[in-house]
Amino acid sequence: MVAIGTNGWNTEPLGGMMDLQQKIAMPETSSPLSVKPSGQATAAQVQKEKSIIEVENVDFYYGSTHALKSINVEIPEKKATAFIGPSGCGKTTLLRCLNRMNDLILNTRLTGSIKLDSNNIYDSSTDVISLRRRVGMIFQKWNPFPKSIYENVVYGLRIVGANNRALLDEVAEKSLRRAALWDEVKDNLNKSATDLSGGQQQRLCIARALAVEPEVLLMDEPCSALDPISTAKVEELIHELKELFTIVIVTHNMQQAARCADRTAFFYLGELIEFGDTGKLFTTPEKRQTEDYITGRFG
Amino acid sequence: MDTNQADVGYLAAQARIRSIPVGLTAQKVRERLIEFVMFLCAASSIAITGGIVWVLIAESWHFFQNVSLVDFLTDTQWTVLFENPRYGIMPLVTGTLVTSGIALLVALPLGTTIAIYLSEYANARVREILKPILELLSAVPTVVFGYFALLFITPLLQEILPNLPGFNMLSAGIVIGIMIIPYVSSLSEDAMKAVPVNIREGSYAMGATRFQTAIRVLIPSAFSGIASAYVLGFSRAVGETMVVALAAGTQPNLTVNPMEGAATITAYIVQVSLGDLPHGSVAYQSIFAAGLTLMCMTLLFNIAGYLLRKRYREIY
Amino acid sequence: MVEPENIEKRLSNNRRFDTIFAVIGLISTLVGMITLAALLFDLSTDGLGRISFQFFTSFPSRFASQAGILSAWVGTTLVMIVTALTAIPMGVGAGVYLEEYAPKNWFTGLIEINIANLAGVPSIVYGLMALGLFVYQFKFGQSILSAGLTLALLILPIVIVATRESIRAVPSSMREAAYALGATKWQTTRDHVLPYSTGGILTGMIIALSRAIGETAPLITIGALTFIAFLPDPPIKGEFPFISFDWLMSPFSVMPIQMFNWISRPQQEFHLNAAATGLILMIMTLLMNGVAIYFRYRFRKKIKW
Repeated sequence: MVAIGTNGWNTEPLGGMMDLQQKIAMPETSSPLSVKPSGQATAAQVQKEKSIIEVENVDFYYGSTHALKSINVEIPEKKATAFIGPSGCGKTTLLRCLNRMNDLILNTRLTGSIKLDSNNIYDSSTDVISLRRRVGMIFQKWNPFPKSIYENVVYGLRIVGANNRALLDEVAEKSLRRAALWDEVKDNLNKSATDLSGGQQQRLCIARALAVEPEVLLMDEPCSALDPISTAKVEELIHELKELFTIVIVTHNMQQAARCADRTAFFYLGELIEFGDTGKLFTTPEKRQTEDYITGRFG
Repeated sequence: MDTNQADVGYLAAQARIRSIPVGLTAQKVRERLIEFVMFLCAASSIAITGGIVWVLIAESWHFFQNVSLVDFLTDTQWTVLFENPRYGIMPLVTGTLVTSGIALLVALPLGTTIAIYLSEYANARVREILKPILELLSAVPTVVFGYFALLFITPLLQEILPNLPGFNMLSAGIVIGIMIIPYVSSLSEDAMKAVPVNIREGSYAMGATRFQTAIRVLIPSAFSGIASAYVLGFSRAVGETMVVALAAGTQPNLTVNPMEGAATITAYIVQVSLGDLPHGSVAYQSIFAAGLTLMCMTLLFNIAGYLLRKRYREIY
Repeated sequence: MVEPENIEKRLSNNRRFDTIFAVIGLISTLVGMITLAALLFDLSTDGLGRISFQFFTSFPSRFASQAGILSAWVGTTLVMIVTALTAIPMGVGAGVYLEEYAPKNWFTGLIEINIANLAGVPSIVYGLMALGLFVYQFKFGQSILSAGLTLALLILPIVIVATRESIRAVPSSMREAAYALGATKWQTTRDHVLPYSTGGILTGMIIALSRAIGETAPLITIGALTFIAFLPDPPIKGEFPFISFDWLMSPFSVMPIQMFNWISRPQQEFHLNAAATGLILMIMTLLMNGVAIYFRYRFRKKIKW
């Protein structure tokens, strides 16, 4: 269920929001496949996008608590999609369903299906280990292992038996460069990961996740514990990374969603209220609830 | 960014990483095996309990083929190694209960006082010194405590009570009491610590002293937990062997006078094991019957202690 | 109506009693310290004189001044080897299983009840079980093997509880990070949970072994000899096949039993020997527990090793 308008920009200001939205509209990048500045994607263009993850009629329960209600959403490939909404709306729950991390919690149940490349990941024949290599995750609080920077990054390769030193070195450098951390740590990869600053540790976790070449990167409020400078670095990373990886980011910071994401989904009390092109959702939302949330009437 | 999506080399590298096989069957089988071995380690606890129960009951069964249960429970003399053996367990039971009772008279007041002191009075530094010392006390081997009871406490008591025999239940009981003080105090202190902070603060806010708070508020609130500590301490005293074997003697004696020597169930088992008893004789089987009695007693106390603790946990 | 003067009096009484109790409390805690000090003092005055190289290298003898603890401490060492090699893998394995793998069903509950129960069984009952099972049923005889296994089962609950406590202290964020990268449960346990909890497990091991060294009753029950004037066959031989297991089946004695034997003799001279043995035992125990407490302190402060 995708709510898309067909009229692109609505020139009617919505309580002064339009200026704000234009100011923080997504910057242009030089990559040929980047999305044009927000708001200009047409319905036809969006519909032609390939969806890498399809969530179909998903209900999720923590014990008897109905946390997600009839969710239907398609995550487009190689774009950044944001999940926004007030606390407790289910956005993190849905994110954790995408790589089956909720399996680790007792007494949970999911009905419906979530398809990665047309294969239902909740099918009993799915290998969860393989799934988690294709769909990686960055957590709200950075959690590097108490090992060296190098060992953190290559851990994902070691556990599948890839121990060739040359390969690991290559992957370590590539991943750390991609996470914009290489220059800061290249002189001492053997330093303990926990000696780094918070922002660096979070980027290390990103490098670690990238090392296994996932197709999708899930980010659960990755900047909520970071200072503004580190936040800006991570957001810049997201812009670069989405050329190679599909990104799904949960954030309670609406401005961040507007800055980083191509598509945004607004959740409220376990339901998906609206999903669409970010620019449009923030300037001319279709649903009253979306508008109320965006304009700060509740949250 | 030094990678370009259109770069063939990059795509090849990506494909190479993605194609490393994951979840190989061999690895899965190996991990299942490891899990199974660990499961066996955990399940062995059931086997051990089974072993204890089986040995005690099987040998006792043989014993009770030769000795009537009524005699066992009611006869007042335990003279297994004599010409005409009598098999009444009462002397051993009274020996056990008297020594353990004396131990409790020592350990409960001291242990509870220490618990109150550590929980309400002592500051962090004092606690950091005292708790390790109590822990070290509980780590001393019991045979050393036995030496202490026989060769230090008994002579000391004989200065005060000149008629005290060399083997007596009093010094054994006192030393066992000292031995289980750390046990009682740490369990009681845990129980008192678990009382919610707001209850404690409510009492202090009304101007109650530390002692009043402890006695009137904390101990009643933590009562099940403290009762559990007492019961478990008693169980520990009942099972003690070396101190009684050395200090209270091995002469079965049906009495409640602590100034006499008497054998406990545990001391009897040791005495017999030191000798050479033919496997399969009634005397040999008698230690298992005695052990079964001991096991029943401690099991009762342990269950009581566990239920009290569980009820206490449920309150908070 | 309560008179103001009465209240004042009451309050000052309360305060005074509070102070009195503080003193009582302090004295009570000192009872433990005083006992430890008295123990060490008593053992030292009687036993220190007997500790010498000769004491460590002589067999027991009818003559107290010539008697030594050679067979006893060798026996303790060999028995401890069997105990450690049995109890530590089993205990850590059980602890890891219960914390990381066990499903929450009735069977797991049964296992946990059993472990809690076994922790409260008197040590002499373990001896009885070993007598019936290891010595006679399994035909291990009155040997070092039986002794080691008995003590291993005795200290097993301690190792299991220590392992579980340490594993519980591992933050779940670390596990999540590993799982999110596609690690299997065993890989997560092996690479992250176990290394992180090594400190606590080590502490538990040391405390458990120190407990085992001091145990007397179960070993008397399974038939440890109190007078043994020979050493078991050494594990490492000079000839093929170089490693021998004969020592496992050998009769034996251990230090606490040797001490017990000497105390039971009426002659004063043997009591001196007992005091010396007791002193050695106490120093060993205090050292091991002291090290364990220190480890736990460092572990709790999470100082990087």
